[in-house]
Amino acid sequence: MTEAETGTLRLKTGLAEMLAGGVIMDVTDAAQARIAEEASAVAVMALERVPADIRKEGGVARMADPSIVEAIMRAVTIPVMAKCRIGHFAEARILEALGVDFIDESEVLTPADEAYHVDKHAFTVPFVCGCRDLGEALRRIGEGAALVRTKGEAGTGNVVEAVRHMRAVVSAIRRLATLGPEELMREAKDLGAPYELVRRVARDGRLPVPNFAAGGIATPADAALMMALGAEAVFVGSGIFKSSDPAARARAIVKATTHHADPQAVAEASRGLGEPMRGLDVAALPAGERLQERGW
Amino acid sequence: MSGARVGVLALQGDFAAHARILRALGAEVSEVRRLADLEGLRALVLPGGESTALLRLMDGAPWLDALRAFHAEGGALLGTCAGAILLAREVQPPQPSLGLLDAVVERNAYGRQTESFEAELAAPTFDAPMRGVFIRAPRLTATGPAVEVLARLSGEPVLVRQGRVLAATFHPEMAADDRLHRCLLDQG
Repeated sequence: MTEAETGTLRLKTGLAEMLAGGVIMDVTDAAQARIAEEASAVAVMALERVPADIRKEGGVARMADPSIVEAIMRAVTIPVMAKCRIGHFAEARILEALGVDFIDESEVLTPADEAYHVDKHAFTVPFVCGCRDLGEALRRIGEGAALVRTKGEAGTGNVVEAVRHMRAVVSAIRRLATLGPEELMREAKDLGAPYELVRRVARDGRLPVPNFAAGGIATPADAALMMALGAEAVFVGSGIFKSSDPAARARAIVKATTHHADPQAVAEASRGLGEPMRGLDVAALPAGERLQERGW
Repeated sequence: MSGARVGVLALQGDFAAHARILRALGAEVSEVRRLADLEGLRALVLPGGESTALLRLMDGAPWLDALRAFHAEGGALLGTCAGAILLAREVQPPQPSLGLLDAVVERNAYGRQTESFEAELAAPTFDAPMRGVFIRAPRLTATGPAVEVLARLSGEPVLVRQGRVLAATFHPEMAADDRLHRCLLDQG
């Protein structure tokens, strides 16, 4: 083969674009991964415990045992993602060595480094990172993230924070597109974001990488809401396997994501799904339990 | 041809990238999510994505028959990556497909994402080489006599044409290369 290149930014964001319009589901074993694939998930996120259980059980949440990740990789043909702790580049190297297709440097796990995130340019495998606003999104993209997602508030089954974060990102992008060139350096300073990326977003009216929703999505209507607010795909964590009928709910959330602009289809998908996950009021969470405040 | 009505299958995948290229060429583009959306189209892009997820999303409606009828009635098709898998006669490991391209295709044939690669492709029928962006790409392991090979990588076909069907195992839409989309608009 003539001078093949691997790990280019185009290959990384390219895989993220292939997932657009779809649903990425958290799974903890091979059986759940097969249920997700059967339900038309575009990818699965392999982890040891879903965020709701991490929240409940406490302690330090780390990268999953490699044997769990490998069992899930053997079980399905769709891409497999896995989470490393913020700043834990050794966990990231392990996941890359295992051959996962995407790494989520995730606030759901206990951060390993309070000052620095992983230098994602140094990897062949693509990374996704969470964000609460445009500045945070562009800082992660500047570090090499090929995909951003809202942080939301994972493990709550409450979509309110994902909505807040998606609206913040989308309206800041719209605002940038209205600014004159001389205003962009000031804006970069205020956002705490790399100037070149700010210029690019102002020019294109969109992020240079896809923008997905995550954190608290529990129902087909939640998925449709996030897509309508500008998400290109959705991650569902605890929402599926903490519900009373995971297979049916998984299919329904996929259908609502694909047909988000068609209320009849979303209504049809929402019918008779049994109990959703119980859910938590985010406003009542003590500050230390808000996962979205991990990372910067 | 500007003003042509072109659809992009938008159930899942990189349909937005295809739509951007087609709009820049002056085409009127619509996203296809339901069978009724095929009405009045002259050409259709089957984008990259996850072919298994795409197939399952087509469950519950006679998509494969409708797409074969679209082709039979004169519609032109361009499939990239997962779209090429959908077009093939036979898929390995086995899964349903349209059979509009006399070829056997092997899914994820180059490995996982860390093996995804870019490479220069010899494309003698075009004015210049192509940048092949291969993402968890499939491989065409056999092609029939009616299939014309338009680009190769290390001697293997990666871009083929059979009548009104164009199929690439890579992603021209990721390399800002609009030449295949121009071919599609010329045919549709």
